Amino acid sequence: MAELSLSRVRKVYPGGVEAVKDIDIAIPDGALCVLVGPSGCGKSTLLRMIAGLETITEGDCRIGAGRVNDLDPSDRDIAMVFQNYALYPHMTVYDNMAYGLRNRGTPKDEIEARVQEAARILEISPFLDRKPRALSGGQRQRVAMGRAIVRKPQVFLFDEPLSNLDAKLRIQMRVEIKKLQRALGVTSVYVTHDQLEAMTLADILVVMSKGHVEQQGSPLDLYEKPASTFVASFIGAPPMNLIPVGAGENGPQAAGLTGGRGLAIPPGGATLGVRPEHLMVVAGPVPDDSLGITFPVSAVEAVGAETFVYGPIGGNGQEIIARLPGKALLAPGTPVSVAATAEHLHLFDSQTGKRLGQ
Amino acid sequence: MERKVVFPQKLLPYLLLAPQIAITLVFFFWPAGQAIWMSTLLQDPLGFSVQFVGLENFQAVLQDPAYLATMQRTFLFSFGVTALSMIPALLLAVMADRVVRGATAYKTILVIPYAIAPAVAGALWLFLFQPSIGTIAYPLRLIGIDWNPRIDGTDAMIVVLIASAWKQIGYNFLFFLAGLQSIPKSLIEAAAIDGAREIRRFWTIVFPLLSPTTFFLLVVNLTYAFFDTFGVIHAVTQGGPGKSTEVLIYKAWYDGLIAQDLGRSSAQAVILMFIVIGLTVIQFRYIERKVHY
Repeated sequence: MAELSLSRVRKVYPGGVEAVKDIDIAIPDGALCVLVGPSGCGKSTLLRMIAGLETITEGDCRIGAGRVNDLDPSDRDIAMVFQNYALYPHMTVYDNMAYGLRNRGTPKDEIEARVQEAARILEISPFLDRKPRALSGGQRQRVAMGRAIVRKPQVFLFDEPLSNLDAKLRIQMRVEIKKLQRALGVTSVYVTHDQLEAMTLADILVVMSKGHVEQQGSPLDLYEKPASTFVASFIGAPPMNLIPVGAGENGPQAAGLTGGRGLAIPPGGATLGVRPEHLMVVAGPVPDDSLGITFPVSAVEAVGAETFVYGPIGGNGQEIIARLPGKALLAPGTPVSVAATAEHLHLFDSQTGKRLGQ
Repeated sequence: MERKVVFPQKLLPYLLLAPQIAITLVFFFWPAGQAIWMSTLLQDPLGFSVQFVGLENFQAVLQDPAYLATMQRTFLFSFGVTALSMIPALLLAVMADRVVRGATAYKTILVIPYAIAPAVAGALWLFLFQPSIGTIAYPLRLIGIDWNPRIDGTDAMIVVLIASAWKQIGYNFLFFLAGLQSIPKSLIEAAAIDGAREIRRFWTIVFPLLSPTTFFLLVVNLTYAFFDTFGVIHAVTQGGPGKSTEVLIYKAWYDGLIAQDLGRSSAQAVILMFIVIGLTVIQFRYIERKVHY
């Protein structure tokens, strides 16, 4: 067990492409850090740099006290779960799990004990004699996990391990990974592009974009105080409504908007953010410091427990999504008024997208 | 999941297959049939008298010590050629797999020998090992190794072995390289993280995963060594000195077309055919089962 720290880490490919820019992340012992971002944001590259599969151009990667930049992957005492599982197709499940232990010269009876123990935890004991091709996707995933845990490494690395599973299995495995990681207390780095997976798993959530860290912190911090419009729209589903507003006398000015007094809009305007789930249907006037939005309903998605209501405001393609509890009986074409209270409003710089104030 | 595609045309498939079938019929089944028929006949060199003798030709051939010696030599030669062409090819492919820059040039250079006619390849090696002026033989003699394929049977055998294997390396190289490149990179990475260093990774992961390719090449190279090395041997040694480099295919040709004993020559050809068919069947039956995981 050890903490993992990255300081001022960069990756520049020959040819000058900078895939990872100046990254600082510190993961305490036993914590699960999730790297999330759209494809091409550098999250997988960063993970592979920690694993030693990519060289680190600049900066330090430390596991425990030691700097591991120049160590071979085999000497870093890490285990990795790959997206395609990377199980050795010519070996049985048992041999797949024992391979890493054998390479390190672990005594035979200890290998046996550790593999059996891991198989028991992951409920794959009946399949130990099978080859990977005779397993289902979920079972292969468990074997890949098993291969990682038998080694008792300092750090687990997960590279989108659930993206090849169907939706139901993904949720089930997500819970199991979390439980397992807690039980074993192994410091972990987990890469995903799925923000829900990221939110539910992370102790530390790192949102990446174009090679740099947009924001890092606890998942709820990121949800409540996104540092930029990028994080605001990436975390949460459906994404936060982002509305360009001008500076009015008493607050934001935009078509369809009322209230919002007390919001300090810079003279050049700003981007106003409000999450769909913070919009409530109102009848009658909206308090001055709350934000009121009136729009014609263009589409309604009722999913049972909640209803998503869509509609345009301002006539320039700007769309609003409201996430209303229960079954909201709204017909397309009718106007609806919704409002959000002051503490649920976010302001971002209209040029840089950075959070303003608070 | 696979859905069978059904074409409504009845004639077209046969038309498309016809050229291949015609070639196989004319150049394989017809001569093979003739060889089998002729192997049961005894005829004089000028073809005036032909007599059906059943399996007597086979009996005579299989009881001939010279033939049995040739058979033994052929097996040694064939497995030698196969090993000598596959092992360096694998080594080169492993190296080439790691090359990033100039990979195409490297590949092209390595494949060129395959495009050289057997007789030319033979002549090339003949020159290199020419006892008095050969580029290889001369320095060898200077350091005290008297290399003379014209006199020494073992020396001659080594030259034809090298020449035959060398021609095949490019072909094997290409297949090995393709095989290596089809192994998912993540498997190698997983093995690296699992603590296996380069050489151990090769023997525990890469080599086993390459086994379908290795198996395929084994069949192809043995067949090549049995049949297609005639040109090299004919150009380099004509089976000599003595009979030291005479292999089955060369003997069949020699006995039939030089010694004019068509019946026994045909019997030899038929035996050779069955040896290769047998080897291939054994390989597919017993080895293939183990290599496809």
